[in-house]
Amino acid sequence: MYLYDPIDQRIVDERVAQFLDQTRRYLAGKLSEDDFRPLRLQNGLYIQRYAPMLRVAIPYGILSSTQLRKLAHIARKYDRGYGHFSTRQNLQFNWPKLEEVPAILAELASVQMHAIQTSGNCIRNITTDHFAGVARDELVDSFVWCELLRQWSAIHPEFAYLPRKFKIAVNGAEADRAATFLHDIGLQAVRKSGSENLGSDPNFPDFIGFRVIVGGGMGRTPMIGQAIREFLPWRHLLTYLEAILRVYNRHGRRDNKYKARIKILVRERGIEAFREEVEAEWEHLRDGPSTLTVEEVRRVESRFTRPAYEKPEKLGSGPNLLHAKEFGPDPNFLAGPFAAWRKRNVHPHKEPGYAAVTLSLKKTGVPPGDVTDAQMDAIADLADRYSFGELRVTHEQNLVLADVREARLEALWREAKALSLATPNIGLLTNIIACPGGDFCALANAKSIPVAEAIQRLFDDLDYLHDIGELDLNISGCINSCGHHHVGHIGVLGVDKQGAEFYQVTIGGNQGNRGQGRISAAGKNSALTPISAPASVGKVIGPAFAQHEVPWVVERLIETYLQLRESEEERFVDCVHRMGIEPFKENVYGSADSPRQDREAALA
Amino acid sequence: MAALIRRGRIERLRSPDASRADASRADARGADACEADACDGNARLADTAAAGAAEVAAGAVLRLEPADDPAAFVHRLGAVSRVEVNFPSFTDGRGYSIARLLRERHGYDGELRAVGDVQRDHLFNLARCGFDAFLLRKDEDADEALAAFDDFSETYQASVEEPQPLFRRR
Repeated sequence: MYLYDPIDQRIVDERVAQFLDQTRRYLAGKLSEDDFRPLRLQNGLYIQRYAPMLRVAIPYGILSSTQLRKLAHIARKYDRGYGHFSTRQNLQFNWPKLEEVPAILAELASVQMHAIQTSGNCIRNITTDHFAGVARDELVDSFVWCELLRQWSAIHPEFAYLPRKFKIAVNGAEADRAATFLHDIGLQAVRKSGSENLGSDPNFPDFIGFRVIVGGGMGRTPMIGQAIREFLPWRHLLTYLEAILRVYNRHGRRDNKYKARIKILVRERGIEAFREEVEAEWEHLRDGPSTLTVEEVRRVESRFTRPAYEKPEKLGSGPNLLHAKEFGPDPNFLAGPFAAWRKRNVHPHKEPGYAAVTLSLKKTGVPPGDVTDAQMDAIADLADRYSFGELRVTHEQNLVLADVREARLEALWREAKALSLATPNIGLLTNIIACPGGDFCALANAKSIPVAEAIQRLFDDLDYLHDIGELDLNISGCINSCGHHHVGHIGVLGVDKQGAEFYQVTIGGNQGNRGQGRISAAGKNSALTPISAPASVGKVIGPAFAQHEVPWVVERLIETYLQLRESEEERFVDCVHRMGIEPFKENVYGSADSPRQDREAALA
Repeated sequence: MAALIRRGRIERLRSPDASRADASRADARGADACEADACDGNARLADTAAAGAAEVAAGAVLRLEPADDPAAFVHRLGAVSRVEVNFPSFTDGRGYSIARLLRERHGYDGELRAVGDVQRDHLFNLARCGFDAFLLRKDEDADEALAAFDDFSETYQASVEEPQPLFRRR
């Protein structure tokens, strides 16, 4: 992870002092609620349904064990003993006291953390692929670029009061694991076409750059982003983003908060006209002082800690993940609970003899993303003992130990299991993304966590789950879509119908392409399907359902898929894209001539 | 009493107290008067510019609203005594971009004054974007506000105040 230098530390410390003073003035009645609100939001502090909520930034999702222990300590001392990992790779505390928030921020600053710009109409925490730096399909290590962007966006003089929040994602690999098409700006590392044979030059040559996607997003008007520039040489990253942000800051709508995101501006202008405006602005900024230098990229890169990997010959004779037949006679490696976990929760690594491991925060009955202070401490210990003292937070609300020796996987599995962190469901239906929902959030129309739990209980047969295969099921308690329902292969959205909680169901959403050379989590190379769905927004299948009907609906959708799929390699979402939503719809609602009797029964 | 912070000093405005030697005629009218000033004397320059009419008298105050495009006023910048950028609400951040454009693109080097909903907590970034005068909202404590310019001792980005980003100075 990136280690602060004294200047980075000073800026964060000064931010804490600034917010301490603002809070003091607010509590003394010298700063009105309206004037204080944007200030506290830009320090991550919301006033929620039952208490304030503090959102702590975990820049691009990476944490050290020391930082996680600090979060555990904060949960214990200032909260009710737990935290909630959000879909933006942040951690939220749901019960802090307003007057203690400056003290919490000071605690965070002591371990190089902050809550800067985790809310408010500004540039938010930059997110990326949770396998950055270890993925085999990586072109650049996106962490370096994310940190450059973190510094550029932190306390930016011009962009603190944008029309609306602004989210940037960076993806450095071939497969898009950062949902770049669903951000205000998505950056996809690419090589300039024609440079394929030039090899990877460590000096950041000009054929490395970014494809810039703009205007994607979820919320009440979900949109897939569009390419504003197919190739932006890396040197120009900051000036080009400034050009986009300036056009948005000046021309984005401010009359209606629901039309204020950049996606609306892009849609109203049209991508061509928007591009012209940005390029015209950029002409003035291009090659200016904010143009990145090799030295700066090198400097940031060198401040990242790097695991000291063991040479392969020293790694011992653990089972080789990628060659199942070499596992030997031990049945534990081929079947049984360890095998199931290894299949779903262990991911290939670019370094021979190592693997990345997902610790699941999706145990049935526990709100997705919730961790207790004791779990945080225990996870920090696991990170120290198994993964060089670092871990990552995924936007699917799980944790990743990115650098685990393959020979130690089984030992790690046993420990993770004892901590209830080894649910073998990564990528499967029960790995549900859900926002905190109506149980916690003032904005929600409906509860999301009990719905997640009911679905998890219905699909508790692991063999069946594995047979269904990869499926993202995402639940949002309201149209703000913190649970990313729009990109769920199955999405569930809480809606309000005359004061009652109902749920709208979408299918066919997809957070991003899987990449051509993708190796499946199962570690086999053969999982490529000829047609893999692109990033897309799910389509509504029909009228909304009561809460108790939702698991039934999911069951019908799965049933339809299992009948229609061409092979086991065709995922649910690929099948929906091939067939369209009609057959699914019909199996849920029945045809006009013969409405489903069992649905009527389920309703009764 | 409205306070103007200019060149690091507090100037008390408002009102009849025009005897203050250090307050210019326009300044002395105070916050509310400034609005009237912009609306009558200068016939709200933005409108006149849009209409392509009326030349501005030398020494006038040019007042820009958030939706105004500074590029439309470039030919007048040499003739005005100051430019005011209005913040009807501090959450409308367009004025920050307007200021940078005036300074960095259009070469305006005269007084650039933030007016409207201008509070202590915005001064640091307003200054970075090129404002050098700040007409504080009436209820602001000017003495406390002065401290805001020291909120941070270092910043990452290039700005009007510091044209080199931190990474070129590190």
